[in-house]
Amino acid sequence: MDFATLLQILDSALRLATPLLLACLAGLFSERAGIFDIGLEGKMLAAAFFSAAYAYITGSVWLGLAAGCIASMVLAGIHGLASITFRGNQLISGVAINFLAAGLTVLIAQNWFEQGGRTPALEGAARFQNITLPFSETLAPVPVIGPIYSQVISGHSALVYIALLAVPATWYILFRTRFGLRLRAVGENPAAVDTSGVSVTGLRFAAVLICGFLCGLAGAYLATGLSANFVKDMSAGRGFIALAALIFAKWRPWHALGACFLFGLLEAFGNRFQNLSVLGVDVPVQLMQALPYVLTVVILAGFVGKAIPPRAGGAPYVKER
Amino acid sequence: MGFVTTTRAAATVTASVLAMLAATAEAEPGLIIDLGGKFDSSFNEAAYTGAQRWAEETGGSYMEAELKEEAQREQNMRRMAERGANPLIVLGFANASTLREVAPDYPETTFVIVDEVVEADNVKSVKFAEHEGSYLVGLMAGMASESGTVGFIGGMQIPLIQKFECGYKQGVKSVNPDAEIVSNFVSSDAAVAWNNPVAGREITQAQISQGADVVFAAAGGTGEGVLQQAAESGILGIGVDSNQNGMEGAAGSVLTSMVKRVDLVVYDTFQAAADGTLEPGLTILDLEADGVGAAMDEHNAELVSPEMEAAVEAAEAAIISGEIEVHDYSDDDSCPVE
Repeated sequence: MDFATLLQILDSALRLATPLLLACLAGLFSERAGIFDIGLEGKMLAAAFFSAAYAYITGSVWLGLAAGCIASMVLAGIHGLASITFRGNQLISGVAINFLAAGLTVLIAQNWFEQGGRTPALEGAARFQNITLPFSETLAPVPVIGPIYSQVISGHSALVYIALLAVPATWYILFRTRFGLRLRAVGENPAAVDTSGVSVTGLRFAAVLICGFLCGLAGAYLATGLSANFVKDMSAGRGFIALAALIFAKWRPWHALGACFLFGLLEAFGNRFQNLSVLGVDVPVQLMQALPYVLTVVILAGFVGKAIPPRAGGAPYVKER
Repeated sequence: MGFVTTTRAAATVTASVLAMLAATAEAEPGLIIDLGGKFDSSFNEAAYTGAQRWAEETGGSYMEAELKEEAQREQNMRRMAERGANPLIVLGFANASTLREVAPDYPETTFVIVDEVVEADNVKSVKFAEHEGSYLVGLMAGMASESGTVGFIGGMQIPLIQKFECGYKQGVKSVNPDAEIVSNFVSSDAAVAWNNPVAGREITQAQISQGADVVFAAAGGTGEGVLQQAAESGILGIGVDSNQNGMEGAAGSVLTSMVKRVDLVVYDTFQAAADGTLEPGLTILDLEADGVGAAMDEHNAELVSPEMEAAVEAAEAAIISGEIEVHDYSDDDSCPVE
């Protein structure tokens, strides 16, 4: 494999990792606050539809993005209402969100556009355009670093850079601010947070809504960045791979970046090589496609360190009387 | 008095039961849309179009159900049969094993399965000669390619899709023996393979970076991403199943589409059932029967040169006459060309 091919694969991996990364960080906020969320998939899907639909209607991809985020946050609010306010089962609520999104998006799309659950194709300002970063022309001739900068890092849509910036931002918020400390505490020991006079409900709702916002970005990137329209079920399991990445990363932001990039890389390799020959052994593409899940199971089984979820995760908080 | 009322009531009940029986006897035809959905702009949509055309032209009505997931196959098939759908059309090879179990339980119902053979007294199997149609579009791809490298993107690595791939390869090689063919399959997970335009786009970009300048997508809804990416990157795409030449966001860059007349199967089945001429058994729709072919219309008129059109017509005639024999992958699970 030559250097140019490697660059193309890295470039593709970065694109494929972006929706995973945004969804993974979304899950990170929610689960660190003690709310399990298997509804990432549904929220992404809803955001994908509403962003594509509003980008088409208004002609502006940014308004589309806003609509996508709002739709995703509404679903997040429903999840919050069910699992925080009414103390319902978080997994069941998440499953319900997935079904709701899968059905509603197609139904509304058919009603609005009558193209069989698709949205019309987006063009020009209704779609995220690729941004060429400054100096990519100047740096291009520099050996190794130049091509990496100009071909892999530069030339993606704005949401890719937003996703990359969201990693340090998440780290800072969770580990360097008072809000972050409280949010993590709520996921470990909500009673202690409550005792100190901070609202558990308020914090958990904040976390769930941040989760909705980030899922909104992920969904919008799928429909208005990577593709040019919404297609039924287009999230194609990415919300679940993001959950796997979250476990793989053991609920830590920088590790989430690594995990998502690794999963993106595996997909990119699978796309490029139908059969990859490693040390003389042919690795079929199917194995590469299954690897994210295999790796997650390996991590969960405790072979590579231990993945311990936030202690209060999954349990609704009930005040003592 | 009491007795008379009871008898009359009993008579009414009997009459309504008889009426219901009569209604079941005049069954409506049924269609089960497979995974991928009614509007996949491909395989299922073709079936739906055929059913709609029949309903509009004859004023008849039909029953319809749509699968959401693999697990619903048997349940849906049985429910439709019990609701009185007759004949009942199921789409796709994945229904074969379920149908083998279900069909004997409803001997009065005639089932029609597309893309696979099920041997039972009340099942009609319809297969397409996809390899022949794919040969034609492969031939066009080989002529249209300037780089000498063309791409194939299949949904899953299964014999049916490899039949497309193999026919395509033979077509490409027939005009350009030195051509390179890059093949990719989207996924081994049916839930992801046919509905993933994002993956379709990435694979297309990967193939372009390997030199491909014509890509043929046999991947259901994933193909939408392939055709759109091909158009955006300035190369040619080839659609599948339905005529996708005029696809929004890709029209003008779609060289042709390998059409599979699933709509004809549905239309003809419904019509034959209405006429009482539907026979179980195996039907193969090939080039000769107009079951497959390369779509030509106003959207690709500028892309298809007169030489190309002539070559397609010549190959078509040669295949029908038996002069050219296109190898069918599913015969021996192997392809003679690489």
